[in-house]
Amino acid sequence: MFFDHLALGATGEFLNIGDILVTLSTFLVLMFLLKKFAWGPLMGVMQQREDLIASEIETAENSRLESKKMLDEQRSLLKDARTQAQEIVENAKKQGEVSREEIITTARAESGRMKEAAVLEIANERDKAISAVRQEVVALSLLAATKVLEKEISEEDNRQLINETIAKAGEVQ
Amino acid sequence: MWQDPLFGLWFNLSNVMMLLVAALVVFLIAFISTRNLNLKPTGMQNFMEWIMDFVKGIIKSNMDWKDGGRFHVLGITLIMFIFVSNMLGLPFAIVVQGDLWWKSPTADATVTMTLAATVIILSHYYGLKLKGVKGYTRGYLQPMPFLAPLKVIEEFANTLTLGLRLYGNIYAGEILIALLAGAATAGFLGYVAAFLPFMAWLGFSIFIGTIQAFIFVMLTMVYLSHKVSDDH
Repeated sequence: MFFDHLALGATGEFLNIGDILVTLSTFLVLMFLLKKFAWGPLMGVMQQREDLIASEIETAENSRLESKKMLDEQRSLLKDARTQAQEIVENAKKQGEVSREEIITTARAESGRMKEAAVLEIANERDKAISAVRQEVVALSLLAATKVLEKEISEEDNRQLINETIAKAGEVQ
Repeated sequence: MWQDPLFGLWFNLSNVMMLLVAALVVFLIAFISTRNLNLKPTGMQNFMEWIMDFVKGIIKSNMDWKDGGRFHVLGITLIMFIFVSNMLGLPFAIVVQGDLWWKSPTADATVTMTLAATVIILSHYYGLKLKGVKGYTRGYLQPMPFLAPLKVIEEFANTLTLGLRLYGNIYAGEILIALLAGAATAGFLGYVAAFLPFMAWLGFSIFIGTIQAFIFVMLTMVYLSHKVSDDH
């Protein structure tokens, strides 16, 4: 049978030391060569990739933290802006209130003043009118008297009469 | 068989040839697939990386990577070499003048026992190197001192089972393949009868060859971790 060589101890009384040596040396040489030409470079690449991934993850983590920080910052800025806007609106409202009051007060004072002035002027005009009328009355009376009497009365009586008339006119008033 | 005239060593030339063929195949596969290495792996590089990760997983399941990392290259080379060796005998066998030339190198007890003994000797070497003489000796006294003789026997038993398991599986597979092939070539009826079992057995042999390569490396790492790690 052609299997005889395969069986353990089929070689009879001797041990094939040669095979052992060949197996061992073949395996060791193979291992050495593979380490040098195949596993070494491959492990290097895998290590490199591992490093790359680790660094990528770290970068991603960092940028995540940074963006979170920025987001917080933005959020607080937004909050600030909102409060500020509120404040501004509030201030404007207050300011408007104040100026409204002011305008009303001013207007009120102005109108008061104008009324007073008008009253004063009216009184003035009245006085003026009265005195004008009075003078007119004096002149008319004088004229009338002159015409009626026609020099019958002396200058002195004339004057006295005039004054009397004036006084009467003053009472009439 | 051939005896070299200088030292009187006996060589089974079939074994020698098949070992070299297996080594060459493994080397070519590994060498070709690790050209053009990229950070983004493609094609064969993926496959090689998968094998590396697979062996890494075997080692990690037995010991710390800190201790086991040094056995990574050994593990990958072993699993590839044994797998290719197991597969070599499957497609055909070449018989020249009654001598079987083309076969699995692992279908020879001398080869498998050499590999097994190498592994066990390595385990003792690293046990001594990493744990010192004291730690190494203490390993024999655990869990109970009176079990020490059994521990010594265990070392030899380990060597024997590790080598013979592989040899037995592959050798049995080859014998059955040879028998079925013999039946298939005997005549038309034999061919018809042998065809289906032959296919089935080939498939099963591929499965066994793969499993045995895995088991060999697994046990290698188990034995190494027994000697190297403290927690076992």
